[in-house]
Amino acid sequence: MPTFVHTDKCDGCKGGEYTVCMYVCPNNLMKLDTTRMKAFNQEPEQCWECQCCAKACPQQAIEVRSFQDWVPMGGAVIPMRTDSAIMWTIKFRDGEVKRFKFPIRTTPVGSIDPYTGKPTGGNLDDNLLFTEAGVTLPTI
Amino acid sequence: MSEGTFGNPTIVEFKTDILIIGGGMAACGAAFEVKRWAGDDVKVTLVDKAGLDRSGAVAMGLSAINTYLGEQKPEDYCRMVSADLMGLTRDDLVYDVGRHVDGTVHLFEEWGLPIWKTKETEGVPLKDGGKPVRSGKWQIMINGESYKPIVAEAAKKALGIENIYERVFIVKLILDANEPNRIAGAVGFSVRENKIYVFRANAVLLVAGGAVNVFRPRSTGEGMGRTWYPVWNAGSTYAMAAEAGAELTMMENRFVPARFKDGYGPVGAWFLLFKSKATNGYGEDYVKKNAHMLAEFAPYDTAAVVPTCLRNHAMLHEMKEGRGPIIMDTPTAMKELGANMTPKEMKHLEAEAWEDFLDMCIGQAGVWAGLNTRPEESPSELMPTEPYLLGSHSGCCGIWVSGPEDLNSPAEWKWGYNRMTTVNGLFTAGDGVGASGHKFSSGSHTEGRLAAKSMVRWLRDHKDYQPVFKADINAIAEEIYAPVRNYIEHKDKTTAEDVNPFYITPKMLQMRLQKTMDEYVAGCSTYYQTNGKLLSMGLHFLTMLKEDSKKMRAKDLHELMRAWENYHRIITAEAHLRHIMFREETRYPGFYYRTDFPKLDPQNWQCFVNSKMDPDTHDWTMIKRPHVDLVEKHYGGQKH
Ligand SMILES: Cc1cc2nc3c(=O)[nH]c(=O)nc-3n(C[C@H](O)[C@H](O)[C@H](O)COP(=O)(O)OP(=O)(O)OC[C@H]3O[C@@H](n4cnc5c(N)ncnc54)[C@H](O)[C@@H]3O)c2cc1C
Ligand code: SF4
Ligand code: SF4
Repeated sequence: MPTFVHTDKCDGCKGGEYTVCMYVCPNNLMKLDTTRMKAFNQEPEQCWECQCCAKACPQQAIEVRSFQDWVPMGGAVIPMRTDSAIMWTIKFRDGEVKRFKFPIRTTPVGSIDPYTGKPTGGNLDDNLLFTEAGVTLPTI
Repeated sequence: MSEGTFGNPTIVEFKTDILIIGGGMAACGAAFEVKRWAGDDVKVTLVDKAGLDRSGAVAMGLSAINTYLGEQKPEDYCRMVSADLMGLTRDDLVYDVGRHVDGTVHLFEEWGLPIWKTKETEGVPLKDGGKPVRSGKWQIMINGESYKPIVAEAAKKALGIENIYERVFIVKLILDANEPNRIAGAVGFSVRENKIYVFRANAVLLVAGGAVNVFRPRSTGEGMGRTWYPVWNAGSTYAMAAEAGAELTMMENRFVPARFKDGYGPVGAWFLLFKSKATNGYGEDYVKKNAHMLAEFAPYDTAAVVPTCLRNHAMLHEMKEGRGPIIMDTPTAMKELGANMTPKEMKHLEAEAWEDFLDMCIGQAGVWAGLNTRPEESPSELMPTEPYLLGSHSGCCGIWVSGPEDLNSPAEWKWGYNRMTTVNGLFTAGDGVGASGHKFSSGSHTEGRLAAKSMVRWLRDHKDYQPVFKADINAIAEEIYAPVRNYIEHKDKTTAEDVNPFYITPKMLQMRLQKTMDEYVAGCSTYYQTNGKLLSMGLHFLTMLKEDSKKMRAKDLHELMRAWENYHRIITAEAHLRHIMFREETRYPGFYYRTDFPKLDPQNWQCFVNSKMDPDTHDWTMIKRPHVDLVEKHYGGQKH
C-alpha cells in the first residue's frame, strides 16, 4: 500500500535536513533524495498506508496508491486535514467520487495544559492516580 | 564530541532517573502521570524509534475507545476479559485497569478528543454525565483521527520536549553489575545520525508495543506492509525483556482477528453498531451452525459474548469444509438500519460506515474504492489474518508483572511494585503486560500511568542507588554496529551487493522467520495447526536463524533498524514457539491448534505458562504458575 510523491508538488520541505514526511512516518519510510531535493518512499512494501505523511505534507504532494499485487487500478483515498477537521475524498475505480468530513479535535492545537487546576500527587503509597485525589477505590 | 561516521558511531551517554522506552499509548500515559509524582529534581527521559505525534498502534487514529466502563463494574469487566481469553487471565491486573480507566478517558476528552454522545446529552462531557454512544458494551465511539497527536501533545508538555529522544531505536536492556537481577539502563542507536545512545537509569519502563510480521502475512508483494496491527512494532518489548531475564507469561497466546479481506478493515462497528451478520458462502450463520463444535470448549462457549477464538474456530471449519467465502452482509445491515431513516440520517449512516475505516484502517477504504465495493450494495469477504502477538488488544501474551497490593490476590502476584516485572526496576504496561488483555488504547494509557506512579515509588525507595552497567559499552556498541561492519567488509566481494555469501539482508532474515513460523508454528498456510514434531523442527530452524542473525548486514541506518527489529522478532518468535510446545492442549482453537492435543485440558493446563531466559547462558526455563479467579466467573447460558 505504498505512498508516492508527485514530483511537481514536492519542494523537499524547502531544503531542511529532515522533512515533514521524514519526521512523521512511524515506519521511517519517507526519505529525501538530496540530489533532486524530493522525497520518496524507500521501502514501499513496508508501508502501512496510515497516510500520516500525506496528511502532514505542507504541499499535498503525497498520495497513496493501493498495492498493485491485488487492488485493481484507479481508486484513490485522499485526505485534506486542518487543525480541527479532516475531509476525505474517495474516488472509485468506476469514477464515482464521495466526500466525507469529520471533526478531529475540539481544542486548538498546542492548547493542552496538562496540570493546571489538577490535584498534585498525594500519597505515593496508595493506589490512586494523581487525578483521583480523594476518591475511594473499589477493591476485591 | 566528534561526529561519528557510518563505520564508527559516536557513543553518547545519558544518566536519567526514569527511562521510558516507547512513545505509544502506554508511554504517553506514563509521561503524563510521572511528572506529577516525581517533581522537578527527578529526571525522566523518553525514547521512541519514531516521532511521538504518530508513533505506535494509534498512529492512524481509532474510531472507538474500546475500554470505557461507565455504569458497569470492574468485576464484570474481569468476567468479559477472562471469558474471551478462555479463562486464563489475572483478575488483579484487569480489575486495576477497570477501576482507573474512565478517568483517563475523561482526560482525553478534556484535551480535545471528540467523543460521540447520545442525542439527549449532546455537548455534555462524559465526566459531567454525558452519555457516550456505545458500539458495544464496553466500547464508545469517537472521531479519533487525531487521537495520537492529542495524547502525544499532553505527554510532551508534561515531560518537556528536551527530555524526549525521537528516532532512537533501543536494542537491549542492560543489567546492573552490583545487584543481581536489577536493571541499569538501555542501549540503542539513532536512525538519523551515526550515534549509539546509552541510557543509565534507576528505573525503566519498557513499552515498545506488540509484535507484527513474525508470521508470513497473507498479503504479498507491495501489500506486505498492510498488516492489521502496526507493521513497525517488532516485538521489541518481549525480546528485550526476555534477554534481560524477565519472566514472560502466556506467550503461547496470539491474536488472529477476522477482518475484511486484504485491507484488514475493522469489523467491530459492523458487528456491534450496524448489527451486521457474517455467514458462510451459502448464507448460513456459522457460529450457530457449529454450536456443537464450540460446546467442546465449554464453559466458554456460553459466555455472554462468544470468545473471539471460538468464533474463528467455527469460521475456519466452514473454510476447511469448502463452504467459503465468509461474507459480511453489509447491504442487509444497512437496509435494516435505514428502514426508518430520513435520507439525511441515511447519509450520516453511510459516513459512519466509511469513517470506521478512514479513522483506523484507511487501506481498507482504498481496497473498496479500487474494487468498486459499496457497503450498501455489495457484501464483503472476511478472512482470519496471520497471527499477531500482543497483550493489550484481544490477546494476553506479555511479561509477568507484580499487581496492585490492595486486592485479594495471592502473594505471588504482588511481590513488589505495581507493574514491575521480575527484574527489579524494570516495569511495563500496555502490550507489555501479559495475562490480562482487552485494555486497548485507554487501558494501555491507564496502565502506563499506574506503572509511572509505581516507578516513582521505586525511585524514592532506592534514591541514592547508582546503577553500574554489567557490560562493556564499547563491546555492545560494536555488537549493535556489527551489521554495518559486515556490509562494509563484504559488499565489494560480489558484483550485486544484495546477493552475497557473507551476509544476510534483514529482509531475507525476516522472510525466513516468517516462513518458519508459518509452516511449523501454526500460521495461515496450515490453518493454524501444528504439533510437537513440527514445533521441534521449527525450533531447529529458528536456532540456525538466530545464529545467522550475527551475519545481518546494514547498508544504512534504516536497514540497521530493520536488522535489529528482525532480531527482536526472532526472540519473540522463539518464546511463542516454546510456549506452544510446552502447553500440551488446545486452549485457543481458532487462534492455533495443537493437533496432537486437540482439546482443552483444564486438569493439567488451567494455569499460566511462564518462561524465563537466563540472561547469561540464554537457556530457557518453562514454568507453570497456578491460576485463580478473584472474581467469581459465570457463563450465562448464552445461546448461539
Ligand atoms: C488497527 C487497529 C485498531 C485498533 N482499534 C482499537 C479501538 O477501536 N479502540 C481501542 O481502544 N484500541 C484499539 N486498538 C488498540 C490500541 O491501539 C493498542 O492497544 C495500544 O496502542 C497499545 O499501546 P502500547 O503503548 O502498548 O503500544 P503502542 O501504542 O503501539 O506504542 C509502541 C511504541 O513503542 C515504540 N517502539 C517500538 N519498538 C521500539 C524500540 N525498539 N525502541 C524505541 N521505541 C520503540 C513505537 O514507535 C511506539 O511509540 C487498535 C489498534 C490497531 C492497530
Ligand atoms: S513533506 Fe511533502 S513537500 Fe516535504 S519533502 Fe515530504 S513530500 Fe516533499
Ligand atoms: S502512509 Fe504511513 S507508513 Fe506509509 S509512508 Fe506514509 S506515514 Fe509512512
